[in-house]
Amino acid sequence: MHFSPLGDQAVTITLGNSIDEPTHHRVRAVVARLDRDRLAGVIDLVPAFASVTVHYDPAVVGGEAPFDRIVARLTDLLGDLVNEALPPPRVVEIPVCYGGDLGPDLHDVAARHGMTEEEVVRVHAAGDYLVYMIGFMPGFAYLGGLSDSIATPRRSSPRKAVPAGSVGIGGQQTGVYPMVSPGGWNLIGRTPVAIFDIGRQEPALMTTGDRVRFRPITRDEFDHWAE
Amino acid sequence: VTFTILGAGLQTTVQDLGRPFRQREAIPAGGAMDRLACRAANLLVGNPEGAALLEATLIGPTIRFAEETLIALTGGDLDATVEGKAVPSWQPLLVSAGGVLRFGQPQTGCRAYVAVAGGIDVPAVFGSRATYLRGGFGGLDGRALRANDMLHALAPTASTRAMIAAVKNTSSVVGRWRLSVTLRPRYSDKPVVRIVEGMHTALLSSDSRSRLVDAPFRVSASSDRMGYRLEGSSLELSTPTELMSEGVAFGTIQLPPGGAPIVLMADRQTAGGYPRIGEVATVDLPLIAQLKPGDSVRFRIISLAEAQRLYLALETDLAQARMALALRFSPREK
Repeated sequence: MHFSPLGDQAVTITLGNSIDEPTHHRVRAVVARLDRDRLAGVIDLVPAFASVTVHYDPAVVGGEAPFDRIVARLTDLLGDLVNEALPPPRVVEIPVCYGGDLGPDLHDVAARHGMTEEEVVRVHAAGDYLVYMIGFMPGFAYLGGLSDSIATPRRSSPRKAVPAGSVGIGGQQTGVYPMVSPGGWNLIGRTPVAIFDIGRQEPALMTTGDRVRFRPITRDEFDHWAE
Repeated sequence: VTFTILGAGLQTTVQDLGRPFRQREAIPAGGAMDRLACRAANLLVGNPEGAALLEATLIGPTIRFAEETLIALTGGDLDATVEGKAVPSWQPLLVSAGGVLRFGQPQTGCRAYVAVAGGIDVPAVFGSRATYLRGGFGGLDGRALRANDMLHALAPTASTRAMIAAVKNTSSVVGRWRLSVTLRPRYSDKPVVRIVEGMHTALLSSDSRSRLVDAPFRVSASSDRMGYRLEGSSLELSTPTELMSEGVAFGTIQLPPGGAPIVLMADRQTAGGYPRIGEVATVDLPLIAQLKPGDSVRFRIISLAEAQRLYLALETDLAQARMALALRFSPREK
């Protein structure tokens, strides 16, 4: 565990140097501990692949050297982390209508791997995915667990506007665009479910540590989806 | 108090101090680009420091106030007038019913803040009224203001009412209270901005490390509320490095592969995967927030301890200003 200042109002706790599940569990343990025992002056935590960034207000943390003080408090609090009980991961199921105009790159992905479109869908929907972190845009989940057999490099020319709900593959990653945005991932389908909805109590559908499964639905189900 | 936007200006949005407490959901902190100006403007009219106000950009809006109210302009000087008379910056001003606030040519800086007694009443989204343009939420329908928009202010505080009474007791429409000059940033179109070392400063090539502090950078036209892109002195790492995405902050200086650094600003994303070659000291963020395309900036490295000392000193000054105003305009027993 290593503490590095991120400017004068944040500290990043480094917990590993690769994207893997043991590191991810340490990240979750740190977040669980800091959520349970809230330190004065902490504004928010940002869990990432192998680190947790703690945003704090030095004026509330206090002392002559607020950075040293918060690092000392964090060190105390995180000393016996191995015993931290983690909340059981939630399982989030995301219905996806694959292919057609909702997944315009499914054909290319299949062709690249010498598979049929149905095989790509079967492999993608069979996967057990883990939300490593939320970032990039509100509610966007970085998912680990994509099968190497359908990993596909990003498109050479990104799209200017990828529709919200689009399910894509970019290299070793898969994910769902929460809102319209530019994007270079290969789009293989779309979900009718809102990934990020400011009208919901919990606006983001997924959170760090969730297990995610994709369930194929028909075009008819997509068109008549009611949440 | 109701006021109507007669002309929108270049990009006028409702802002406050943002929503920094939902960053784990990748909801940007957002809020005023020049946070000090936002807090100062609100203090001057007796509002809570985080009340919603207007952020005008380069070309300010034209606003008609339906009723008499107290306003304060802070931030950059965008040549504001009311009924043809110059509005003093960083001072409270009583505007009479039907009064029209206009802006002219930018004089210094890029962003002016208009606080209105009571604060602007728009629905809070995730605990803040700040407009997040990319996400289309907060502020007025998640967008910049347009002509004919009508906004309302919340009920003024007791302090604000005492302030209005105090101005009315004088022959002037300008309130006599000020904030200490130490609280007023020295805006410039070529400032020297203090930074602390970032996680990856040591990865810069020795040549780039010198240029980070020796060379002036020019503010690119593709700078916005999310980030300032700096051109004119391309930087590189001694060896290319793949990094995992992790948390970033207001003022993080990222170095994308092209070599042109980006200073992350109010609407930044919550995490990033580019090398972080420096972090702007919080006290100097207003200097960056007021830069416009074509301006230049130089960096000077200070220690983290010094950056935090400067921040604590500024917060102490602000707390004193807040207390002085509270004492002067505390509601009296009748």
